[in-house]
Amino acid sequence: MHHKNRSYFTEDHEIFRKSVRTFVEKELLPHQKEWEEKKFVPKEIFKKLGDQGFLGINYPAEYGGSGCDLWYKVVFAEEMTHARMNGFAMDVFVQTDITSPVIEKLGTPEQKKEILEPAIKGEKILALGVTEPSGGSDVARIRTTAKKVGNEYVINGSKTFITNGSRADYIVLAVRTGGSITDKETFKNAYQGLSFILFPTKTEDGKTRPGFSVGRKLLKMGNDSSDTAELSFSDCKVPAKYLLGEENKGFYYIMQNFQGERLITAVMSVASSRQLWNDAVAYLNERQAFGRRLADFQVWQHRFAQWAAEIEAAQELTYRAVDLYNRKIPCVKEITMAKLITTELVNKLAYDCVQAHGGYGYMAEYDVSRIFRDVRLLTIGAGASEIMREIIVKETGLMR
Amino acid sequence: MNIAVLIKQVPDTETKIKIKPDQSGIEEGDIKFIVNPYDEFAIEEAIKTKEKIPGATTFVVSIGPERAGEAIRTALAMGIDKGIHIVNNEPALDSYLTAKVLHGVLKERNISVIFSGKQAIDFDHGQLTQMLADMLDWPCVMITESFQLKEDKSGAKLVRRLGGGAKEIYEIAFPFLVGCEKGLNTPRYASLPGIMKAKTKPVEKLLVSNYLEGQSAFVSYKNYELPPERMAGKKLEGEPQIQAQSLVKLLREESKVI
Repeated sequence: MHHKNRSYFTEDHEIFRKSVRTFVEKELLPHQKEWEEKKFVPKEIFKKLGDQGFLGINYPAEYGGSGCDLWYKVVFAEEMTHARMNGFAMDVFVQTDITSPVIEKLGTPEQKKEILEPAIKGEKILALGVTEPSGGSDVARIRTTAKKVGNEYVINGSKTFITNGSRADYIVLAVRTGGSITDKETFKNAYQGLSFILFPTKTEDGKTRPGFSVGRKLLKMGNDSSDTAELSFSDCKVPAKYLLGEENKGFYYIMQNFQGERLITAVMSVASSRQLWNDAVAYLNERQAFGRRLADFQVWQHRFAQWAAEIEAAQELTYRAVDLYNRKIPCVKEITMAKLITTELVNKLAYDCVQAHGGYGYMAEYDVSRIFRDVRLLTIGAGASEIMREIIVKETGLMR
Repeated sequence: MNIAVLIKQVPDTETKIKIKPDQSGIEEGDIKFIVNPYDEFAIEEAIKTKEKIPGATTFVVSIGPERAGEAIRTALAMGIDKGIHIVNNEPALDSYLTAKVLHGVLKERNISVIFSGKQAIDFDHGQLTQMLADMLDWPCVMITESFQLKEDKSGAKLVRRLGGGAKEIYEIAFPFLVGCEKGLNTPRYASLPGIMKAKTKPVEKLLVSNYLEGQSAFVSYKNYELPPERMAGKKLEGEPQIQAQSLVKLLREESKVI
């Protein structure tokens, strides 16, 4: 263990770090080029991650988890960066930090047995269905409806930008079960009419659920190795037992669920920043111009010294938020600030790293060009920077 | 049946080694330590062998300072049952003294087979296993690239790599020692449940000083220096004939080897 990290990580965390690193180097990195090019990662890799216990780090042993503290999750997120596939890493974190935590928190024992347990094993893949073509951050305006008819919900609507969308076995689906967004009178209560349904994409005989369809696989600016899809629901019937938590409480569940997702986004942004910095500095020390190494030019020295300092600051802010969240101390402010600072940082840094690579930085075969595109999502997903600043306005009592 | 594995904690291969200012050793502050890569093959082979022998117990033995505990727990996380940490606070053990201490610790433990890496990547001596074999008066096969347990589990068939693609094949009855080579197997990596389970596995702590029997090392280290930096190469240009001529000239006049 590096002695400077002793305040955060124990020897066991470091043994785990080595194990994840080896896994990443042997099972993921060798396929990186192919998977990025084909824009596809085979489903079996989830099973391999599950076998290593990586998908159930914080969950109780009862459902196949390891019951570890949050720092193990941090180690996992940091080491996953070494696979150099931000897209696939996102697929994995949708499973571990965006979907399964709500099931663990709110699910019935039967729901956990059916969904959480195989998700931890990597046998089932989960997706979150919140964003719709008409809106993302404005979740109160969700239009997809679920009407209760007898012992079933009948779902109509569509979702977009859904990570793991084309191959999910279950979608943690945000639907409207009450309120209305068209009636002006009731709209002020629109957020009170949302619910979560654990939508099984297949029926019990293994066929695609009637009325559910996966639209085109979306082409994106980056994150090519991630599976991102459009989904549509047309008179799609689901047994009522798949309601998660209480009806019409969905808005609160969504808001609570953001914290873990934003925190892990911050951790990965810092890890990506370190990787970008290391790659660029290696290049600066190698590349010759005007008879000297680029690293011999003070302009690059100062710029990357500045970035080193900013990465360190962002890292500390993030670790502080991790520490508070790990100790279950309210920390919406710290998590929001960490998400804002780290995701903005990695984008500005990526810009400079492309610049440092010159023409090669613009070539697709260089990692820096891909990472530049991949990290662009980070200030948008899991709550845009503008939303983060709105939350910070409230949390700091800035408006008096 | 008891199966032992000898492991050593060594600096990570990616670590940049720095020498202490007084040249008495290497700076450990910034070093990341790992389990010697050849020892990982030994750990894996021990676990695989145990899986084939009902009731067998595996244990891992390491000599080193407190930090070597991490290497032991890594082996336990991979699936080894127990650990023995022989704590060494007096630095300089040579191969002979290391073998001596291990002999003292292991001779009475009713062991059938001892797996070790063929060498440790820090000092690269590659002689500990043979010395220990001599002290135990057991057979020993080094540079083992294949290990097959016999059906009646009385011993094993081993393949030892020789130069030029030749191989030696041994059939040996227990007890014996095996020096493991790359390619013997693919070491598993510790799973998270494995790491959690390792926390409750027993690690016996012993002191090197109790096993020295008044002996001291034959080898002592006077000082450490980094190897000289490699000189830049020379590129020969022109037609093949010209290149050959200048090569001969350089070999004769500059390096004086012909």
